[in-house]
Amino acid sequence: MEEKINLMTQNLFKDGSMNKPVPDGTKANKGILDVQSLSAWYGKTLAIRNISLNIQTQSITAIIGPSGCGKSTFIRCLNRMHEVSHGGRTEGCIMLDGKDIYGRDTDPVVIRRRIGMVFQKPAPFPTMTIFDNVASGLKLTKFWSRRWELEEVVERSLRQAALWDEVKDKLNQSGASLSGGQQQRLCIARAIAIEPEIILLDEPCSALDPASTLKIEDLMRSLVSEYTIVIVTHNMQQAARVSDMACFFLMDQDKAGILIEYGTTSQLFTNPKDKRTEDYITGRFG
Amino acid sequence: MHRLLGQGYARRKLVNGVMLGLSGAAAAIAILILALILGYTLFRGISYLNLDFLTQAAKPVGESGGGMRNEIFGTLILVGLGSLFALPVGLLAGIFLSEYAGPKVAATVRFMADILAGVPSIVVGVFIYAIMVRPMHSYSALSGGVALAIIMVPVIARTAEESLRLVPNTMREAALALGITRWRAVIGVIIPGAMTGIVTGIMLGVARIAGETAPLLFTALGSQFGVQGLLKPIGALPLQIYHYALSPYKSEQQQAWAGAFLLVILVLGISILVRWVSNRKRM
Repeated sequence: MEEKINLMTQNLFKDGSMNKPVPDGTKANKGILDVQSLSAWYGKTLAIRNISLNIQTQSITAIIGPSGCGKSTFIRCLNRMHEVSHGGRTEGCIMLDGKDIYGRDTDPVVIRRRIGMVFQKPAPFPTMTIFDNVASGLKLTKFWSRRWELEEVVERSLRQAALWDEVKDKLNQSGASLSGGQQQRLCIARAIAIEPEIILLDEPCSALDPASTLKIEDLMRSLVSEYTIVIVTHNMQQAARVSDMACFFLMDQDKAGILIEYGTTSQLFTNPKDKRTEDYITGRFG
Repeated sequence: MHRLLGQGYARRKLVNGVMLGLSGAAAAIAILILALILGYTLFRGISYLNLDFLTQAAKPVGESGGGMRNEIFGTLILVGLGSLFALPVGLLAGIFLSEYAGPKVAATVRFMADILAGVPSIVVGVFIYAIMVRPMHSYSALSGGVALAIIMVPVIARTAEESLRLVPNTMREAALALGITRWRAVIGVIIPGAMTGIVTGIMLGVARIAGETAPLLFTALGSQFGVQGLLKPIGALPLQIYHYALSPYKSEQQQAWAGAFLLVILVLGISILVRWVSNRKRM
């Protein structure tokens, strides 16, 4: 079944019905994530079981499912943040451009530079100014950067995150002085400042009001021409609005998360193959 | 009367009142003692404190005047040396405890640090005497500094750890997710977030060692010749107070009071500064 889905999505992208125009093709074939039979544990507790899926480049993949089904654990595995949690451990592999990110010689720090992440709760560094927050990824990975270089990156990132007009006159104020929605866009700007290929968003709007949520959704749509985006969301309407591909997670009898269905968003929401997916999206549980 | 209030109600109410009164009285006594110590020291000391006390060296018995300039200077050097040695060790140990150690290792190291903090300071003095003063054949400012550092390390390590732990985990994760290495995240994100707590810990450590006498008895020793270098004996305020307070001469006893006054002001000042720094954080 999995192969069928892959085939189907590939066809879909080939005939161009879903794909976005690629400006110069430089990033077209980069940032391909292929998850192969991934399981993850917290200590002895299995959190997700044997998940395989192929994430399309330059598209938004939404992960939906009820609470506790391992969505966040799964997305944290994608840039090796799961192992930062206490007792976090994984099996299986995730191929990024054909190379296993869990390979022996792979440095998680390098992986996280290529696969950025934005968390549920806006977390700007409170001791830093808005400018330094955006520049922090660059400043703290290099020994030294030129000010004008940073200024360029900061402005570009803030513009991309649709925050520039709101903060351009107060770049030296603390990041904590912004509203929740602005803080979250600041975190997105901070993530794209290091020019990752893939951006992971772990329920980025769950702490935000509807207006800010809409702004973040617009932002995702504008970023997808350059980045591959994976988003975990509670909110099915949000998944339906923003994503190109969607996957549905559920707990199995051992309370470990499993992948039930993966397909294009329109197919998953209008014509789900699995009964459980249908039950969930029609609101019968969860 | 309500049936629940019946049996023994009056007695319970009385016991409650008595216990409340006792604990209140105990708190009042504790504050009173502090007020007496501070008040008496300040009262006795301030009359003997003058410019000469701060700017002149000690004079031999029988000559009037003289001061504790050398000892004040010596205390500054000893506390400086102690801080110089204790700061890197204490800070790094605190960082290790909070950021790197697993729960079991952290619990063990924390326990050890607490034991070290509880070692009587005279024992630290004897220990340094055995491992530094004897082999080097001389009492020295250096060995005094090391002895003070040993007392200071656990204070800094534990307060640094506590304040680093207060930095929310979301900050660590946010930094790591940017592809920042653990160490750079600690330097660039975690430590700035814990700065007020760390500074507080350092000042508490300084206040703690500034008044220590016992570890200096067999290490810094005290000196009648002023500051002669780090490898020679050196005077310190608490040492001089100790010697002068036991002296039969009135003039020396008076100087001891003035010295005590100065020391109390120093430690009190640091404590107030600590309050100020840690209060500022909350605003």
